[in-house]
Amino acid sequence: MATSTTKVPAGGTPPGPPGEPSARGTARRRGALLHRLDIKGAPYAFVAPFFVVFAAFSFYPLVYTSWISLHDVELATLDVMEWVALDNYVDLWGDSRFWNALRNTVTIGVISTVPQLLMALGLAHLLNYRMCASLFFRVASLVPYATSVAAAALVFTMIFERDFGMINWALGTVGIDPVDWEADKWPAQVAISTIVIWRWTGYNALLYLAAMQAIPADRYEAASLDGASRWQQFTHVTVPGIRSTIVFTIVLSTIGATQLFGEPLIFGQGPNGVTGGADNQYQTLGLLLYEEGWKNYQMGRSATVAWAMFLLLILVFVVQRLIKRLRSRTS
Amino acid sequence: MGSLGSVRVRASAAVAAVGALTLVVGCSGGDDSVTGGGKKDGKTVITMGLYGVMGIKETGLLEKYEKENPDVDIQAEIAGDEQTYYTALQTRLAAGKGLKDIQGIEIGRAKEITETQADKFADFSKTPGTDHFLPWKESQISTEDGKVLGLGTDIGPMAVCYRKDYFEQAGLPTDREEVAKLWAGDWKKYVEVGRTFKKDFKGDDVAYMDAASGLFNAMVYGYPEQYYDEQGELIYQTNPAVKEAWNLAADAGEDGLTAKLRQFQPGWDPGLANGTFATAVCPAWMLSHISEKAGPANKGKWDVARAPKGANWGGSFLGVVEQSPVKEEAKKLVAWLTAPEQQAHIFKEIGNIPSSEQALQSADVKNARSEYFNNAPIGQIFGAAAQEIPDKQVLGRKDGTIKDTFSQGLTLIEQQGTPREEAWNTTAERIEKAVG
Repeated sequence: MATSTTKVPAGGTPPGPPGEPSARGTARRRGALLHRLDIKGAPYAFVAPFFVVFAAFSFYPLVYTSWISLHDVELATLDVMEWVALDNYVDLWGDSRFWNALRNTVTIGVISTVPQLLMALGLAHLLNYRMCASLFFRVASLVPYATSVAAAALVFTMIFERDFGMINWALGTVGIDPVDWEADKWPAQVAISTIVIWRWTGYNALLYLAAMQAIPADRYEAASLDGASRWQQFTHVTVPGIRSTIVFTIVLSTIGATQLFGEPLIFGQGPNGVTGGADNQYQTLGLLLYEEGWKNYQMGRSATVAWAMFLLLILVFVVQRLIKRLRSRTS
Repeated sequence: MGSLGSVRVRASAAVAAVGALTLVVGCSGGDDSVTGGGKKDGKTVITMGLYGVMGIKETGLLEKYEKENPDVDIQAEIAGDEQTYYTALQTRLAAGKGLKDIQGIEIGRAKEITETQADKFADFSKTPGTDHFLPWKESQISTEDGKVLGLGTDIGPMAVCYRKDYFEQAGLPTDREEVAKLWAGDWKKYVEVGRTFKKDFKGDDVAYMDAASGLFNAMVYGYPEQYYDEQGELIYQTNPAVKEAWNLAADAGEDGLTAKLRQFQPGWDPGLANGTFATAVCPAWMLSHISEKAGPANKGKWDVARAPKGANWGGSFLGVVEQSPVKEEAKKLVAWLTAPEQQAHIFKEIGNIPSSEQALQSADVKNARSEYFNNAPIGQIFGAAAQEIPDKQVLGRKDGTIKDTFSQGLTLIEQQGTPREEAWNTTAERIEKAVG
């Protein structure tokens, strides 16, 4: 806001010749001034809401979090802050729970993202065919995305329950021993990934579908004239055609996977949710942050985890950028 | 045309800017009362924050009070899980916003509240008619300079709940007196009975007890000192009581005597309903949970026997927030809710044992029987157990968190087959982190 009001007078109308103050002149000058303000100021005013909200709810917390992370603070006594410089970061680096959480975040991220995007691609391809009730199928595929995390996670938790869950019951009917989905590491990670996959596949599929429909039909025509099979058309026309969308969904899923929190929290239920299992077997970085802040009530250490996550994301994108630049240079 | 367009643009730009400002300002505004309570339209509104089944709302006491005091309107909000509730309470105390006039305080948090939040709660030390409590109950919520931050609701004397039908199938006695004799005086005998049960039980898939953590809590809470000593130093590493409880609970877990469940978590409830375990160490307040979750189908199958040793597991207080605009009215309500008659009423309805000595002595409590639990004389059983609770109990700041961490450590042994030394070390490491 401040920028728009300070900018205008700086580039204001040149002062009129002195000694000639006429009413019409001032009116015209004021009109011109307002006109300038419109042209120059209005865009700032329109984008202001976003930036004001961003400053209040994102930038300020970001800065304040970094300030807290340099202190020893407890939730119960937020006004008592003890300066510890980078101690929290050093401790975090040496903390096996952090590396465990990082590993879990990566493995759950891979188990959930890769099948999810592949399935979305396949689903989009199918939805792209001409068929009856296509609108119904398109809407239906978006329904999981519209359900709340809490509801979805809770239902899946019941399905994956050890003693009376549906999946163990189904396994039992074909003679497979029940799996302790919560207590064992990989089953737990698979179960959590299932929730993520179920929620996001349809959403990604619709993004792909939109991109696919923007591919000109004559490319397919040309390909089929050249004798390309359906599969070749898919790999050589469709996939390159929606490449930028694929990159976009990968970026989005990576961010989502890094921040994974609600699904494992609800899946674990109660104290085990907060710590990501009794053995931290599915504790993600998001859960570690929550455990430090809202179980141990150590706000300083919690803020440190938050910043570590932020820096990690930045690191990932810097590396990705570098690889991209190196690639374009070599080609 | 141009001028019309520019006017519209100008107007909407102004609206956008103002909108942005109100978005920011909007969150710092709010109503004048920090607790949501206050005097509105001639009525006194009192808000309450509770958790679990404290019996205050469930047994109709609030409606009764409103009927007797037509100018009072009580709004109670009940969280299911105490840990979630306490986390929110901490956040709100820190922010000084979103609090209720009356807040429930669990025993595991009492020390932290008296040490760090004493100035945020009103003092009950001069409230008349509040000298009927067990002496140790009120000392737990008092500060060093004599401020009393709340009044006691219930206490948690312990017994053992058991399935008569399963005991019969295992060739064990079923009468509650004889069952109590099996393990009288020593928790080790309780585990020993478990080994017999495991050997002789004919059916499938029934464990002797629900979770090792229940046994651990029952043992630890039987001692005056648990995780902290009187100076507030952590002593769980060297306290023989903790080590003994840990080892016995680990024995039970390693020998497969437990159903590997986590108490109060959803897997535990279907376990009750489907009868996957034969016993559970049950504080008085757990009876209502068992009868509700096990359901009418299991009525009469459960019974209650005296525990090997007395102990106090759980219990709560009601405190009034200092900032409350209706502080005096809220204090009056708390004094009424915790008065002997009301505590006896809650006990009769759902089985929470009174923390009021006077209520414990009343005929209503002494002669109470539980229809669900095979007509067990719960008034006698828990009343006697209440007498066995150590008169002095040292509480510590992070008692609640440490208890949860130990429960999780035992889960490691039960579910993951972690060796007990390793599980102990992991637990100790986590406690170090939690206490900061």
